[in-house]
Amino acid sequence: MEERYQLNKELAQMLKGGVIMDVTTPEQAVIAQEAGACAVMALERIPADIRAAGGVSRMSDPAMIRSIQEAVTIPVMAKCRIGHFVEAQILEAIEIDYIDESEVLSPADDVFHVDKRKFKVPFVCGARDLGEALRRIAEGASMIRTKGEPGTGDIVQAVRHMRMMNTQIRHAVSLSEDELYEEAKKLQVPYELLKQVHDTGRLPVVNFAAGGVATPADAALMMQLGAEGVFVGSGIFKSGDPVKRASAIVQAVTNYNDAKLIAELSSGLGEAMVGINESEIKLIMEERGK
Amino acid sequence: MRIGVLAVQGAFAEHSAKVCQLGAEAVEIRKRHDIQTELDGLILPGGESTAMRKLLTELDLLEPLKEMIQNGLPVFGTCAGMILLAKEISGGGTPCFGTLDISVHRNAYGRQLGSFRCVDIFAGKEIEMPFIRAPYATNVRDNVTVLASHDNRIVAVRQDNQLATAFHPELTEDFTVYEYFFQTIAKRLRK
Repeated sequence: MEERYQLNKELAQMLKGGVIMDVTTPEQAVIAQEAGACAVMALERIPADIRAAGGVSRMSDPAMIRSIQEAVTIPVMAKCRIGHFVEAQILEAIEIDYIDESEVLSPADDVFHVDKRKFKVPFVCGARDLGEALRRIAEGASMIRTKGEPGTGDIVQAVRHMRMMNTQIRHAVSLSEDELYEEAKKLQVPYELLKQVHDTGRLPVVNFAAGGVATPADAALMMQLGAEGVFVGSGIFKSGDPVKRASAIVQAVTNYNDAKLIAELSSGLGEAMVGINESEIKLIMEERGK
Repeated sequence: MRIGVLAVQGAFAEHSAKVCQLGAEAVEIRKRHDIQTELDGLILPGGESTAMRKLLTELDLLEPLKEMIQNGLPVFGTCAGMILLAKEISGGGTPCFGTLDISVHRNAYGRQLGSFRCVDIFAGKEIEMPFIRAPYATNVRDNVTVLASHDNRIVAVRQDNQLATAFHPELTEDFTVYEYFFQTIAKRLRK
């Protein structure tokens, strides 16, 4: 199992510097692949529509996920509800490349997350801070992403989560070894994982940005803040010109320090997704699963 | 020695670290400007080959890099890098540089559940080989030397200045494949 976990962490390493795009149909998946996505997230409704529809939102239809697997050669991810290990088993049965145990869907368990160490397929989980990230890794997640606030087109939460993570990592690095025990207790995380952060100055797994990325500038902002890649959910297929926007975001992630290029990429992109402010939303998804 | 590492997407940082550990300089290549300096070698990392090909085209890197490879610049591709070099992709797909006389079978071992690690022989020496959603080579022409096979599948090849592996030596502690690549570079520099 240790070897499997290692391979799963390594698949995340192959995704670095890339953009993972939400898609709802095989046609969108092909568009995403052609625009340079390094993976796609197959789901029935993108977060903005989940928000609009309300009600309970669940794992997508396996038939729909399969049709997307058949349409592209890049890795295909799909979401299960927090704590819904049977949805995760189903996704493993259809040989998904990565499971996102996601706060975007309605949680199935308000206490426990999926015991991800029991699975052969890899998991990515959302985190708002170092504590959440290391707890998910302890449960078996082989990749972390910020939670952000999905489906809003508002980058403020993803920025907050990435900054919090960075601050806490720097703090962990600065502590002496005997102080780490107390810090592990405070963060409610295993000492060994915190020790790894202390020694290496980074999370033990790849860390992406997610939630609210709508423009090439948003993507580059997250990369400059230390993200190793970006998930774009509603931002692409809710915008005026998905193809152009998708490929602009892909290029902005590669050359995130090149303001001149990002200026060009940001020009004439058409309408961005409308977006909702944090103060305008009732449903706060980032609060799900701590 | 200065090695360019293609850094448009994928696990390029891992290669850069290896290059530095061997005492060479790693230059990350993200745009045209980055290849204006003289390079002694080029590494094409693992990642997603479709994403890399798209970015290489958009960033005006494909043609100049292809020309450098054709002019004899030693190049080393791993996994997606092998696909970028291959002349033909079985089952369709547009070749990228197309300078290496092989066909590649993309995602040849299936999805992530098919990823594995093994120990096998590369150029006469046993090394660890991680395969991650890996390809393998088929239809290898006469001018190509097979350097490694695993379960009767060709997983490492060389053709003159071009070296390609379906596995990821950058994810192991072993330096054998890098040393092999560096020898090719040294030989060229001596000429």
